[in-house]
Amino acid sequence: MPDDTFSAMRQSIINGAPETASELAQQAVATGMAPLDAINNGYVPGMQDVGDQFAHGQMFLPDMMASAEAMRAALAVLEPELKKQGTQRTMAGVVVLGTTKGDIHEIGKTLVGTLLTAHGFSVHDLGVDVPGEKFVTKARELNADIVGVSALLTTTMKNQKGVIEALEKAGLRSQVKVMVGGAPVSRRWADEIGADGYAKDAMSAVALARQLMEQKTQSAVKEPS
Amino acid sequence: MRPRFQLLDGAFVERILAEAFQLIQNPGVRVAPYVVELLRGAGIEIEDGIAHIPDAVARRALGSVPHEFFLYDRSGRPAVHYGGDSVHFDPGSSCLNILDPETQQARAAQSADLVRLVQVAEMLPQLAAQSTAMVCNDVPPEIGDWYRLLLVLWYSEKPVVTGAFSASSLHTLLELLAIESGGADALRNKPRAVFDVCPSPPLNWSEFASQNLVDLARAGVPAEIVSMPLAGATAPVTLAGSVVQHAAECISGITIHQLAQPGAPIVWGGAPAIFDMRTGKTPMGAIETVMLDVACAEVGKHLGLPTHAYLVAGDGRVIDAQVEMESGISAVLGALAGINMISGAGMLDFLACHSIEKLVIDAEAIASAQRLLEGVEPRTESLATAVFAQTGLHGDFLKLKETRTLFRKEQYFPSALIDRGLADAGDGAPGILERAQQRVEELLSAYERRALPSDREQELIAFAQREGEKAGLEGLPGILQPDYAREPRLI
Repeated sequence: MPDDTFSAMRQSIINGAPETASELAQQAVATGMAPLDAINNGYVPGMQDVGDQFAHGQMFLPDMMASAEAMRAALAVLEPELKKQGTQRTMAGVVVLGTTKGDIHEIGKTLVGTLLTAHGFSVHDLGVDVPGEKFVTKARELNADIVGVSALLTTTMKNQKGVIEALEKAGLRSQVKVMVGGAPVSRRWADEIGADGYAKDAMSAVALARQLMEQKTQSAVKEPS
Repeated sequence: MRPRFQLLDGAFVERILAEAFQLIQNPGVRVAPYVVELLRGAGIEIEDGIAHIPDAVARRALGSVPHEFFLYDRSGRPAVHYGGDSVHFDPGSSCLNILDPETQQARAAQSADLVRLVQVAEMLPQLAAQSTAMVCNDVPPEIGDWYRLLLVLWYSEKPVVTGAFSASSLHTLLELLAIESGGADALRNKPRAVFDVCPSPPLNWSEFASQNLVDLARAGVPAEIVSMPLAGATAPVTLAGSVVQHAAECISGITIHQLAQPGAPIVWGGAPAIFDMRTGKTPMGAIETVMLDVACAEVGKHLGLPTHAYLVAGDGRVIDAQVEMESGISAVLGALAGINMISGAGMLDFLACHSIEKLVIDAEAIASAQRLLEGVEPRTESLATAVFAQTGLHGDFLKLKETRTLFRKEQYFPSALIDRGLADAGDGAPGILERAQQRVEELLSAYERRALPSDREQELIAFAQREGEKAGLEGLPGILQPDYAREPRLI
C-alpha cells in the first residue's frame, strides 16, 4: 500500500534513520514507484514535520541533523533514478553559501546548508574564509537565486557588507537575494548593510529562503525580462 | 577558612589531563606555518600542518611557565595578581554593540561609549582591571583593535585585558603600551596588559593566533589563552569531554609559547560554552557554561598555572531579572572557584552587547562575591560569650564597642543601586534600571582623568595620529577633535 510506504518514508526522516530511508527508497525504485512521488509524498512531508517539531521546541539540532542525513540518504537513491527517467525535481531555489572572509567558523553555515538541502534547495557551500569575489563568481556560474553569508565574529561581520558590494560591483545584485546570519548579526545590521534578509537560526533561514524565493518570483512576474 | 567551589576531584583532573596529552599527540593539533620550524626544532613531528606533540615536550613546556605574575597599574604598582587563588574581575571585551544609555536599545558602539565605560570601570573598585571593552564603530575597522587600547590607556590607570585582531596589529598595540610604560623594557618588567589569544576549536592554532603567541612570548608581555570549546558543536557534547579539549588547546598553545620563550608569562584561560540544541546559540548564562568555566580553571590550577574565565555575562537582550540572575550566579561561582581573572561583566545578549548600566549592577554582584570570599571569620577571641557577658539578655548589641568597631568588617555596604530601603518606597520609586543610570551618572561626575607625563602623552598622541592617518582616520575620536593638529582641544 503506497500510503503505508509513504508513512514509513516520512517516519524514517522523523526518526533520523538514514539506513531505513535508503532501504525504503530502494524498495520504491524496485517496485516501480515514481521517484518524485516518493520524494514529494514520503520524504518531504517528513522533513516538514521535523521543521514544525523543531520550531515548537520538541526536536533539537542533533535530531534535525540526523533527519537531514536520512533525507540525503533517500535522495542519493532517488535522484539518479530521476535523472535516468529524464525528469527533474523542481528545486526550491539555488543557494550559494559561505562564511565570510577572515572567519573560519562553519557550524551555523553548514547547518543552514544541510537544512536548505533537506528542504529542496540546491546548495553550493563555498566553505569558510570566503572572499566577496568568490561568492560573485559562483553566483554567476550557477545563476544563483540566493547568496547566504555567515559570520561568527564581531570583527568579520563587516565583511558581509563586502560581499554585497562585490555583487553590486559585478552587476549581479538585482538578480540575487542576499541573506545574512551568524551569532553577532542582527536584523538591524542586515538592514544597515542592505541585505535582503536576516535569519536568527537555521530553521528560520529555511523560512527566509522560501520567502526570498517568493519575492523573486513575484518581482519576475511584475517585470518580465 | 576560605570558601570554595569545586567540581572535579584530583583523580578526575588527572584523567582529563591524560586524555588531553593523548589528543595533542593524536589526532594532533593544527598549527600555522609561522611556528612549524620552531616546533620541529623541539622534536615535534609535523605532517600536513598537523603537529603531533609528544607528552614529554608538552610537559617540559608546562614546567617552564611561571606560576604567578603581576599586571601593574600606570604608577607601577602591582595591581593584579595572576596566580594562586587570587580573584579579579574585568569588563567583557571587544563588543560591537552597546545598549544606548537613553533608549536601552542595542546600537553600534562609538568611541564616546567606550570612553564612558572606561571612566565608569575606573571608578568601580570591584573591577581590578579594564578591558578593551568595545570596538568603536566611528573609526576604520582596520584600526579597531589598537584604537580601543589607546582610549583605555588615555582614560585609565588600571591594568588592561586586551587582544589584537590580527598578527600585524599586535605590534601597534605593543607599541602603544611601550610608549605608555616608557619603553619596551619597562613594559616587559612591569606589564600593564595581558593579551587574549584564541585557538579555533577544535585544536587549531591559526596563523594569527600562533603568531600572537610567539610574538607576545618574545616581547615578554603576558598572553592569556582563551580556548572556547562549544560543547556539542565544536567540541564533545559532554562537559568532561569539552574540558579535555580545552586542556589540549591550552597545553598545545603553551607549548608553542614556551618554545618561543621559556618562562614567558601565560594564562590558562577560556570562554567555553554549551551549544544550545534548540537555537544553536551559546548561552553564557547557562549553568553548564559556568560549570565548564569552573572545571577548565580547576585543571589549570591543578597544574599550578594562572587562570582566567568568561563569566558575569547574561543572555537576555535587555537589563532584566534574567541577565542579572545569570550574571550574579556566575560571579559568585567564579569567585568561589578562585579564578584569577574573570572577564565578562557588563555584557549581555550572548556577548553581543555591552551595557554600562549592567556593568554597575554587576559590580554589586561582584562585591557580594568578594565579600563571600572573605568567609566567616572568628574576629574576636570569644565568638559570642564575651559580648553576652556585657549585655546579658538585654540584647543591646547596638550599643557595644565591638559592634561599632567590627560592623564594617562584617558587612559590605552596597551603593544606592541596591535597594536596602534607604530611599522612600512610595509611588514612583526608581526601578533598578533608573537606579543604575543614576549610579553611572554619579560615577561619571566623580571621575577625573589623570594625565600621563607630558612627553609620553605627546608621543602617544603623535603615534596614534600617524597610525590613524594611514587608515584615513581624522582626529582621534574620544580624545581629540579632528582639528587637533592646528588647535589642540580636548573633548
